[in-house]
Amino acid sequence: MRLTVPGDATSVRHAMQNLAQSDLFLGLPEGIRQNAEIVLAEVLNNVVEHAYAQRQGDITLDIDPRPSGLACQISDSGAPMPGLALPPGQFQPLDRIDELPEGGFGWFLIRSLTENLRYRREGCLNTLSFCLIDEQCPAG
Amino acid sequence: MNLMAQETGGILVIQALGDRIDAAGAIQFKDRMRELTRSSAAPRVVLDMSRVAFLDSSGLGAVVAVLKLLAPDRKLELSGLTPTVQKVFRLTRMDSIFVIHDAVPDGLRHAG
Repeated sequence: MRLTVPGDATSVRHAMQNLAQSDLFLGLPEGIRQNAEIVLAEVLNNVVEHAYAQRQGDITLDIDPRPSGLACQISDSGAPMPGLALPPGQFQPLDRIDELPEGGFGWFLIRSLTENLRYRREGCLNTLSFCLIDEQCPAG
Repeated sequence: MNLMAQETGGILVIQALGDRIDAAGAIQFKDRMRELTRSSAAPRVVLDMSRVAFLDSSGLGAVVAVLKLLAPDRKLELSGLTPTVQKVFRLTRMDSIFVIHDAVPDGLRHAG
């Protein structure tokens, strides 16, 4: 399945709502469907907030069902990842409420729920690829 | 995101009426929660999320921000987490930070 989504938050919301109701998603086991909703929303929001922070553009999603799960590839023509590398996606859950993080959960969720996560920059194109599998142990 | 608030016996129950708390609506959600909690002095605030099918990291950040706004004198509790929302709280270990109820206690539920 290939989808092109304009790189803004409202379009991402609509695309995610449509995907959640698609035959492809409705045919998935519940665990992997939840993971796909969580991960794809995070990836698309990151593109909107960072790659397309200074310019406009589209996001292309390729989602292919495999026996083990879903192979996903997400491309955009926005700014490259800083240092051409994926953010570490670590955060420290703290006991003190006033020190709790209000952000930084996105890459942690992506890393927790994907396998073979890869980023590459080719010309003006960012491409993130990963596999979504059924349940994974969140503790790694 | 429309929110509906009702105060009973020192508990302010706020029901989220939209089905998503996501990047497109997180700031609006936080602002609206701030307004509703300011207009009440109830020490306990329960956010009923039973209609929220999806919450992303921006939505989670907004819920955490409301918890911090109310602290230290007032407490934000959650109720009715749907499966995907529950998973986001579990993975980020925020389920250990919030008091989470299966459902809004009887007698505090909104009529209709």
